[in-house]
Amino acid sequence: MNFMVQTLGTAGATMVVGLIGVMALVAVNALFLIWMERKVSAHMQLRPGPMEVGWHGAIQTIADAIKLMGKELITPEEVDRPIFWLAPIVIFLPVLLSFLVIPFSASWIIRDMNVGIVLILAFSTLAVLSILMAGWSSNNKYAVLGAIRSVAQNVAYEIPLLITVMSIILMVGSFKLTDIVAAQERLWFVLLQPVAFILYIICATAETNRAPFDIPEAESELVAGFHTEYSGMRFALFFLAEYTNMFICSAIAAVLFLGGWHGPILPGVVWFLIKVYFVIFLMMWFRWTFPRTRFDQLITFAWKILIPLAFANLLITALVLKLR
Amino acid sequence: MIDYFKEVLGGFYSLLAGMAVTIRYFVKPIVTVQYPRQKIEMSPRYRGYPQLIIDPETHVHRCIACDMCARICPSQLITVEGTKFPGEKQKRATKYIHEHQYCSLCGLCTEVCPTDALEYSKEYRLAGFRREDAVIDHLVLLQQRQYAVGLPVTPIPTEAEIAAAMAEEAAAKEAKAKAAEKAKAKEAPAEEVKK
Repeated sequence: MNFMVQTLGTAGATMVVGLIGVMALVAVNALFLIWMERKVSAHMQLRPGPMEVGWHGAIQTIADAIKLMGKELITPEEVDRPIFWLAPIVIFLPVLLSFLVIPFSASWIIRDMNVGIVLILAFSTLAVLSILMAGWSSNNKYAVLGAIRSVAQNVAYEIPLLITVMSIILMVGSFKLTDIVAAQERLWFVLLQPVAFILYIICATAETNRAPFDIPEAESELVAGFHTEYSGMRFALFFLAEYTNMFICSAIAAVLFLGGWHGPILPGVVWFLIKVYFVIFLMMWFRWTFPRTRFDQLITFAWKILIPLAFANLLITALVLKLR
Repeated sequence: MIDYFKEVLGGFYSLLAGMAVTIRYFVKPIVTVQYPRQKIEMSPRYRGYPQLIIDPETHVHRCIACDMCARICPSQLITVEGTKFPGEKQKRATKYIHEHQYCSLCGLCTEVCPTDALEYSKEYRLAGFRREDAVIDHLVLLQQRQYAVGLPVTPIPTEAEIAAAMAEEAAAKEAKAKAAEKAKAKEAPAEEVKK
């Protein structure tokens, strides 16, 4: 550690340690979330889920990952090779970059940028680009349809998402994530902004492409949507990115609404992770409760309900702040 | 405007109602079993293939090889052979083959049996690698079941034993026929005398 501080400087050393930590977190988180999803879905359907490999199937996902690594990377004949190869990498980059500014506790943060929330929202939009790349380069009708739907979905959820986050930023007066968490020391914003919380959760579900808004993948209609032609570790990268994206969206929910690292007795990191996994459980709960919306239904829902409510919420927030 | 908010709130309520249902199921105990390790008891009405009943008193089967089941079987899947062994009053099955691969489980064989020797088994693991795996030799199956519950295993008569029993029976029959003839011959002159 001292050697690294001497050669790289404090900021550099934090970056290296943070990068290694984030890589480890991404892998462990994905393994855990896949297991958790299988368990949650199983218990909601009155069955036990994976039970064979390890304690209650705990290392089933590792076995699956080893199987995926052993599989052949199939590249179909007439795909657009460079883009086909690049798409799984591009989907992973913004996901990894977003960890840069997430405050796990008051001190556990790689880089406390003063545009943190904007950075995360900007990078998370890049995932749509990668989905479009994957769908278009695959030269497959189902993949293209999935990609088109993904772009249309992006138009639907991105606007209410940004407006909702805006009302929180108005209250704090800062884009810095640590400032937003610090402002919730006494009262979590979920109590002051319940409508914004609900809107954010809905938009986050759409952003992570999860049911009821999993229309880009829509396994019963489009085979597997945009990643139809991907196999082996390339498919695993899409999968990994999806679950990591879920972690990031839930982490933002925890930071904006659930008071981040604040909580009694336990250390801040533990509280933060508890809140994150609570929001993730909420998303899994949605997935196994609601049927998939049709693609025009989502757009109607977003433009007729989410955006007006988000605007009303923003206006009322601004009004209250001005009059106070 | 009021309608709009009514719709939004009504929709939101319906979502919450749906989530309440799933969370209730989430905390309910699971109903499935881990199949190869755990098995569930089949209901008393379950109809597996017909099998020979182990008599609760004698601990052997009650089949008298009357051939009724073989005759009533609509697909003619049952082959029964039996012999009368010396010292026994009734015939006893020496071979009972059921070609279960064509069986429609109609249950006529269990109903027609005069000694109530057949019952439905509770067996549901019927998969096999060859068609011949579905052919059930009921006397062997009976032995396996007796062994499983710790009863003395009924031996299956060998061909030699069957042949010996048949020869003995034929001899006995012949002797009986001769005796009857003699008796007849004796009676005949007596009748003539009466006239």
